[in-house]
Amino acid sequence: MRNELLEMGCKELRDSISAGQVKSVAAAESVFERIEKYEATVGAYISTFEEQALRKAGEIDKKVSSGEAVGKLAGVPIAVKDNMCTTFGATTCASKILEDFHSPYNATVVEKLLAADAVIVGKTNMDEFAMGSSTENSGLKKTSNPWDTSRVPGGSSGGSAAAVAAGLCFAALGSDTGGSIRQPASFCGVVGLKPTYGRVSRYGLVAYGSSLDQIGPITRTVVDCALLMNVISGHDLNDSTSIDERTAPVCDYLEKLDEPIEGLKIAVVPEFVCGADKEVQKAISDAIEVYKRLGSEITEVQMPHLDYAIAAYYVIATAEASSNLARYDGVHYGHRTENPQDYFEVYSKSRAEGFGKEVKRRIMLGTYALSSGYYDAYYLKALKVRNLIRGDFSKVFEKCEAILMPVAPTTAFKLGEKIDDPLQMYLSDIYTIAVNLAGIPGISIPCGFDSNNLPIGLQIITPAFGEEKLLRIARMYEKETSWHKKKPEIKK
Amino acid sequence: MAKRIDEALVRKVAKLSRLDLTKAEVEEFTEQLSAILEYVEKMNELDTTGVEPLAHCLPISNVFREDSVKGSLGTEKTLANAPQRDGEYFKVPKIMDSE
Repeated sequence: MRNELLEMGCKELRDSISAGQVKSVAAAESVFERIEKYEATVGAYISTFEEQALRKAGEIDKKVSSGEAVGKLAGVPIAVKDNMCTTFGATTCASKILEDFHSPYNATVVEKLLAADAVIVGKTNMDEFAMGSSTENSGLKKTSNPWDTSRVPGGSSGGSAAAVAAGLCFAALGSDTGGSIRQPASFCGVVGLKPTYGRVSRYGLVAYGSSLDQIGPITRTVVDCALLMNVISGHDLNDSTSIDERTAPVCDYLEKLDEPIEGLKIAVVPEFVCGADKEVQKAISDAIEVYKRLGSEITEVQMPHLDYAIAAYYVIATAEASSNLARYDGVHYGHRTENPQDYFEVYSKSRAEGFGKEVKRRIMLGTYALSSGYYDAYYLKALKVRNLIRGDFSKVFEKCEAILMPVAPTTAFKLGEKIDDPLQMYLSDIYTIAVNLAGIPGISIPCGFDSNNLPIGLQIITPAFGEEKLLRIARMYEKETSWHKKKPEIKK
Repeated sequence: MAKRIDEALVRKVAKLSRLDLTKAEVEEFTEQLSAILEYVEKMNELDTTGVEPLAHCLPISNVFREDSVKGSLGTEKTLANAPQRDGEYFKVPKIMDSE
C-alpha cells in the first residue's frame, strides 16, 4: 500500500485523497518513513516539519470525510527551498548569517501552497543565498545526488531536486536565477520549470539577483509541473514586478496539456548541441528525433550573442547581489559578531563571519562592477549585452515556437570536483543563464542517461508567458518516452 | 597577462562591501577575481554602440495603488529577530565618538 502511494504523481494523489480513497495522513507518513530511511544519505533538507505536516494532513482527511471542498494540492507532501520565507521553522538560505532567522511572514508561494491544502514537508538545502551550481556552497550541510551519492545534485536548488528524485516529497519549489531549477532537475532526473519573469510572485523569496530570480516547480512529471503552476502563478500586489492578469492571463495549464502542438516549429542551435559532452549530445539529438517523428519541423539557427551570456550574467547578478545583500548588517536580524569595537565592525565582522566564500566573492565582484570608475565598463556594458541576448531570442521566435538545447554540458559531476575553481563552476551554467537574462521560460525534462547511469536533461525554451505551450511541448515528449519513470537506487 | 586587480584594490572593495577579509582571503580573491574579470571582459569583443542597456526584460512600469492604511507587523514581531534589543529598540554600539 505504502509503496504504491509513492508511485503516484501529485495529481493522482490529490485526486485519490479528494475522493477519500487515500488518506492524506498515509501519504505524509510514507514520505516521512522514506526521510527516516534515506535523508542521512541524501541530505536534502535543512529542516523538516513532521508533526505539523501530519496535523495538516489529518485536517485535510477530516475535511474530505465531512464532504468539505479541498484545494488543488489536497494532501500532497511538498518541499520548499529554504530561501522562501515561512512563519514556521527557520528561513536560512543555507547561510550562517540567517541560521536562526524566523520570518514574521510567509512568502506568497507558501501562502498559495497552504491555501491549496498542500502539506509542507520541510525546507531544502541550497547553495548559500542561491549562489552556486552544486549545492556545495551551502553553509549548513552537504547534499548528495540520489543517483550517485559521490556526486553533486546540481544547484542552487539541489536539495529540492534531490528530495523529489529520492521520493522524500512528491514535489518541491525551487528558485532559478541562472539555472538553479533546471540544472539540478537535469542532474537529478526530474522536471524543473523556470517560469517567465513576473509569472510567479517573488514576495518572500530572499533576493539574490532581483531582475533574474524566479520561483518554479520541481516535479517528477510535466503533469505535476502544470498542476503546481496552476497553484503558484499569478499577479501579487506585494511584488511590483509580478505581471498583472490583463497583460498575461494565467490559464489552466492542465486543461490542454495532453493536446500535442500540430506542426510545431522547433529551433536548434547546432554549436550548443556540439558543445556538450558526447553522451549529452547523443541524448539531445535523439530527443530532437522524437519531435521530428511527432511531426515537428526542426530549423537550425544561430544565436551569436549567447556566447557572452555568462560574462554578462556574472556582472549583472553579482551587482544586484552586492546591493541586495547589503541588508545583512548585523543590526536588525541575522548574525551579529560577539564583541565589535565600533559600529563599523558590527557590519564588517558580522558579514565576514556570517557569509561563506562564494557569497563574499560575488559581493566583491558586484561591488567592484558598480564602483566609481568601473560602472560603465562592466555593469552598463553587461546591460547592453543583455539586450543583444534578448534580441537573439526574439529573432528566433519570429519563425520558431520553441528552442531545444541541453540543460548542462555534462551530467552530475563529483562532489569537490569544481569547488576550488569558481570560474569553472560558473561555466557549467552556459546553457541556462541566457534564459534568465531574457526573462523567458525554460524547462528541463529527463531525456536519457549516460554510461554511468546519470540522468540527462533536455531544455525547452519558449517566448515570455508561453508556459501553456511550453508544458504541452514537454508533455508531447514525456508521453513518448519513459525516462521520467526511472527511479534511483539510493546507495549509502 | 597583467592582473586586473591587485591586493590594494581588493582591500578597498572589501571595505566598500563591509567585509572584514583575512589576509589569505585577500590573496585568494585577488587571483580569482582577476581571472573572472578577464573572462568577463570577453564582452568587449561586442560592439554595443547604440544598444540600449536593458535593466528589466519585460515592459515593467511604476505600479500605483491606493494609499490606504493597512496593518503592519507590530513591534514584537519586528524585534523578534534582533541580535540585541533594549525595550522597543534595536541595540547597537555607539556611533558617535565620545568627544
